[in-house]
Amino acid sequence: MTVAVQKTQRPQRTGTEEPPATARRPRTVSRPMIVAAILVVWLVLFAVLRGRQTLSLGAADLTDLHRWFNDVNDSIGANRNSNPLFLYFFNEIRLVIDTLVTFVQELISQPTAGRPVPQIGWLGVVGIVGYVSWAVGNWRVALLAVAGFTFLGLQGLWQESMDTLALTLSAVCVALLFALPLGVWAGLSDRVSRIVTPFLDFMQTMPTFVYLAPLTLFFLIGPASATIATAIYAAPPAIRITAHAIRSVPETTVEAANSMGATRRQALLKVLLPMSKRTVVMGVNQTIMAALAMVTIAALINAPGLGATVVQALQSLDVGTAFNAGLAIVVMAIVLDRVTTAASARADTARGSDSPFLKWRRQLVVAGGVVAAVLVYLSHTYLWAAEFPGEGSAGSTIAKAATDVTTWAQDNLSGLTNAFRDVLTNGLLNPFQTLLTDSPWWLVGAALVALGTVLGGWRAGATTVVCVGLLVGTGLWSDAMTTLASTAVATVLVMLLGVALGVWMGRSALVDRLLRPTLDAAQVMPPFVYLVPFLALFGATRFTAIVAAIVYAAPVAIKIIADGVRAVPGTTVEAAMSTGCNTWQIITKVQLPMSRGALTLATNQGLIYVLSMVVVGGLVGAGALGYDVVAGFSQGQLYGKGLAAGLAIVLLGVMFDRITQAAARRAGA
Amino acid sequence: MARHWRAGAAGLAVLGLTLTACGGAKVGDDSAAGSGSSGKCGTFNLAINPWVGYEANAAVLAYVAEHDLGCKVEQKDLKEEIAWQGFGTGEVDAVVENWGHDDLKKKYITDQKTALDAGPTGNKGLIGWYVPPWLAKAHPDILDWKNLDKYASKFKTSESGGKGQLLDGDPSFVTNDEALVKNLKLDFKVVYAGSETALIQAYRNAEKNKEWVIGYFYEPQWFMSEVPLKKVSLPEYKTGCDADAEKVACDYPVYELDKIVSAKFAKSGSPAYDLVKNFTWTNEDQNTVAKYIAVDKMAPEAAAKKWVEANRDKVDAWIK
Amino acid sequence: MTPATTEVPQRRGTPQDAAGTPVISVRELWKVFGPKAAQVPGSEELRGLTRRELMDRTGCTAAVRDVNFEVAPGEVFVVMGLSGSGKSTLVRCLTRLIEPTAGEILFEGEDIRDADASRLRELRRSKFSMVFQHFGLLPHRRVVDNVAFGLEIRGMSRAERTKRALEVVELVGLSGYESSYPDQLSGGMQQRVGLARALAGDPEVLLFDEPFSALDPLIRRDMQNEVVRLHHEVGKTMLFITHDLSEALRLGDRILIMRDGRMVQCGTGDELVGAPADDYVRDFVRDVPRGDVLTLRWIMRPVEPDDPLDGPELGPDVVVKEATRAVLAAEKPVKVVENGTLLGIVGDEEILAVVAGQEGDA
Repeated sequence: MTVAVQKTQRPQRTGTEEPPATARRPRTVSRPMIVAAILVVWLVLFAVLRGRQTLSLGAADLTDLHRWFNDVNDSIGANRNSNPLFLYFFNEIRLVIDTLVTFVQELISQPTAGRPVPQIGWLGVVGIVGYVSWAVGNWRVALLAVAGFTFLGLQGLWQESMDTLALTLSAVCVALLFALPLGVWAGLSDRVSRIVTPFLDFMQTMPTFVYLAPLTLFFLIGPASATIATAIYAAPPAIRITAHAIRSVPETTVEAANSMGATRRQALLKVLLPMSKRTVVMGVNQTIMAALAMVTIAALINAPGLGATVVQALQSLDVGTAFNAGLAIVVMAIVLDRVTTAASARADTARGSDSPFLKWRRQLVVAGGVVAAVLVYLSHTYLWAAEFPGEGSAGSTIAKAATDVTTWAQDNLSGLTNAFRDVLTNGLLNPFQTLLTDSPWWLVGAALVALGTVLGGWRAGATTVVCVGLLVGTGLWSDAMTTLASTAVATVLVMLLGVALGVWMGRSALVDRLLRPTLDAAQVMPPFVYLVPFLALFGATRFTAIVAAIVYAAPVAIKIIADGVRAVPGTTVEAAMSTGCNTWQIITKVQLPMSRGALTLATNQGLIYVLSMVVVGGLVGAGALGYDVVAGFSQGQLYGKGLAAGLAIVLLGVMFDRITQAAARRAGA
Repeated sequence: MARHWRAGAAGLAVLGLTLTACGGAKVGDDSAAGSGSSGKCGTFNLAINPWVGYEANAAVLAYVAEHDLGCKVEQKDLKEEIAWQGFGTGEVDAVVENWGHDDLKKKYITDQKTALDAGPTGNKGLIGWYVPPWLAKAHPDILDWKNLDKYASKFKTSESGGKGQLLDGDPSFVTNDEALVKNLKLDFKVVYAGSETALIQAYRNAEKNKEWVIGYFYEPQWFMSEVPLKKVSLPEYKTGCDADAEKVACDYPVYELDKIVSAKFAKSGSPAYDLVKNFTWTNEDQNTVAKYIAVDKMAPEAAAKKWVEANRDKVDAWIK
Repeated sequence: MTPATTEVPQRRGTPQDAAGTPVISVRELWKVFGPKAAQVPGSEELRGLTRRELMDRTGCTAAVRDVNFEVAPGEVFVVMGLSGSGKSTLVRCLTRLIEPTAGEILFEGEDIRDADASRLRELRRSKFSMVFQHFGLLPHRRVVDNVAFGLEIRGMSRAERTKRALEVVELVGLSGYESSYPDQLSGGMQQRVGLARALAGDPEVLLFDEPFSALDPLIRRDMQNEVVRLHHEVGKTMLFITHDLSEALRLGDRILIMRDGRMVQCGTGDELVGAPADDYVRDFVRDVPRGDVLTLRWIMRPVEPDDPLDGPELGPDVVVKEATRAVLAAEKPVKVVENGTLLGIVGDEEILAVVAGQEGDA
């Protein structure tokens, strides 16, 4: 421990020294007691004031703000052909991106001028994918990639998959073009980081449905809009992770470079960037995953590919076909994930100079390149290598199996699931929602601010005040409270599941290996695919929305908690065991308390992920904000209301994010 | 060692080229056949709104435009709102099943003048409250709105807060149901299922498990051929009775489903425009094609082909 | 603070007072962290406060407080203190990796605090090099490229810098590992890379910031010997930070002891052991094997009239341990003579008192 390290932390510590001093006063009473007191006061006032000033708004009613949003939207649409901003700015962007996407599409997915097939057929693509995976990763992921892509063909979804791949790659390129420099900048400068963070929050929590329609106004229907919508959603992880990577380069190394007289530029190019490469690649990985999550939504504005297949199949409730396409998305996601992960790991391992294999590497790379080139040539020239052979019989088998399983589950489980739903809805969700929606708005607002302050400190409290104020301003207070109730219940269930499975996974490497692929799949499988069976099992209810949110959010929480439990030092566990703790005691007294940071992070991420499913929930009976957003997307006169609902979701997200993060910081302090 | 590998690479290359020599049919051998049909029609941008009935219309139109008129049909999967928006930007030529949408008509036909009405499709659109067939059979009097309150408690769910549940659904359609419930003084609460998918699944379960469900639905709809829902009669529609959205107390009007085209497309002289303008068929026709697609799981193009081949006379009337 | 040459076994032969002007001269150096740090050194009142008082009064932490010293060319100057004593901050202030709050840092007569960014870079590139506790190597570069890093930054051509780097790699005994990556090396070897990197630029001053604290004891000893050897071979001026007294005594021509940012004492090893400035230093040196450090100068007694003066002669700077055999073997007390002057005598009693540890803390 060098003195310098202590010193650099010192100024920050002195900065925060005062707030705890003011917040320490109530400490004499203990925080849980204050929370309980707030809740009791709330309940008492609720009993007295129930049903007054609830700010509820009918489904078709609008506020002035909503009408104003509508007018703005309309005037943009009306002026788009005369406005110079459109003529010289948006149109240019659109042209560039359209050209890029079309280029990639013609390369791998769409017929081009004079050719009934794309430039590179399936064999060429599989060859390139295998070669690149091997070159940047290792032979194992290369094998996986080849198998995965071949499987896409066997599913009978080759062209759709390639369309999705083309769009995803283009969107990722566009996103990274901005994200990486911005991330580096945010990593170097605290000020930039502070400015950028709220925008990133906004980009990640604002439901895509809200900006999908305006995007088509700006960039027209077509690849550009789909690409930009995807890029907006996919860029934030890359920015955040790049900034984090730059920040976590060891201080000594940077100092060493400075002590040798490196300029800022030299320090950046020769030290910071190379040393954060590994983490930055993980950021790219997250961006790819996020881009794939947008596939089905982009299909609503005519983005071709697997998403379109899913959406179309759902019109006739064809679960099998939707599942087959969803599975293709999962396969592609897993391949891309494993390849990028391997590439990131390679940054560290592959240069072991002792391996005799490495001496030949250059030759092997050249040889592999030649093979890939030959395959590309073949697939360019010959039909058998250009169009995937067969009828995609694997696909229809999968579809049929999925349909059978769904039908069986619907027939045999729905009694059970309905009972389960009713217990949870009547026992937990309904009372909670009544409390939130039937209390006067100012009472709920005050309670939220009080809780925020107690749990997160005065700064989080101030954020809560602003968020509550703006929520009232959106005119959707009541809907927001309904959504809040479902969100909270879903988050509680996510955490229960997260702790149970997370601890199990954290304690057993075998369980981890078995569960992880399932979790990955649950995260990337488009929710649209499992909505239909869920609807059959739970009906069009808020509970269905909650279950869908859990499927999407629980994997994140589980993984974070598992990692947290695993990070508990082995010696501590050993020490506990040597004092005679049993397994239950080790979990509850050692492993869980020591992974408190992971638990808070899991709550935070779980909440954000649940919130990002609000709109999907609106499609299956959750009503409230989710429905407002969907309706706003579908009906012109509700557009403004949908936008306001989107803003309300963002506000809920920001509020909870700030409170949980502040609470986590205090817990860690 | 290095030389070995280089030799290997060269060997592989040679092998590849040998394969080439006996590799089978070449791309482009038959490419001439594919591009033969591009006539004077040019490109026809057809919006595909996300419901099966629409898709049936579009599939048949696209099939005819492609095979009889030699057009290059670009089908674009779009929600209504965005499809209409596309008239202005020139990216959409036609919407071939439109349900009312007076607001959009005002915006794009009257105000922006980027779209034109291209006449009815011949389909009649009904909107209203429907119950599953078993319920209509078991309690025939339920088909009159006046008796609904009698059964309200049967329709109670976890979502309806003690009242009967009226399941509303697709956010794409205007609904007067909240006003209707209020103005008809029914002991019901409107619950938003949020999507057509959710509605259909609810009715499907209801029919299978004999559950009590009443909700907002519409026809023509492919699902009717799977489960023929029964419409509950509401107070009769009279022109203007739905003028004030707050005070509606009557049934939904019967919609004359129509086709909308972009102003540019109408002036282009494309044969596809005439096709769209002349296109008209019956609810039964649409249900047939929709059933091919949704129930028999045929590709839209195959479904269209099957119907066109069976109904050549109708098609010929459109392209005269 | 009279400099004294002591004859510890592995002493090198660079008497620090040989050249007149010091390489580095630090005067009234202050480094204060916190709000309005700049006013602390100037305020008579604040200057006098203890660290704790200063913290309570102003919210500032004074890491380095009014430090003065000079380093002569070729000298090995050690700054020693416990963690938190400000020694690492001090060494960083010298090349302004941490910006000092007040004071002067003269390098060959030039005040480093006046240097602009490019001059400072110039100085860092050619005059100073630093070796870090946690090595600070670049994991993505091979050993030779790590060593050549400083040269690369200066803009030296690839061939030239590789050639130079290979020379230095050999100098620090890493031949055969040129193409390894840092994480394939042991800690000691990694620090050799750090050392090589510092030497590659042929700087005038080497700064070591607790370079061996992270290493195992045996390897630490190896590395200390390595430093001694290198000092013999290349004769650089070295400023060495450590918290380990035995390391300080082994390496340092002179040692500066710091506590809470202040200097407590500065002197040669035998001065510290023989005449600790206060209880803090006394505590520090208590466990040092005195015979290894003290010279006869510290234990001789004045000549008394009845002392026989025909015993053997030894210099005053001979370490007790080395003189022991001679003194015990002699039948008469040993005369301590410097330049022909008789300073005192040492008999069996005095020697045994030190060797047996009886001399105590007197």
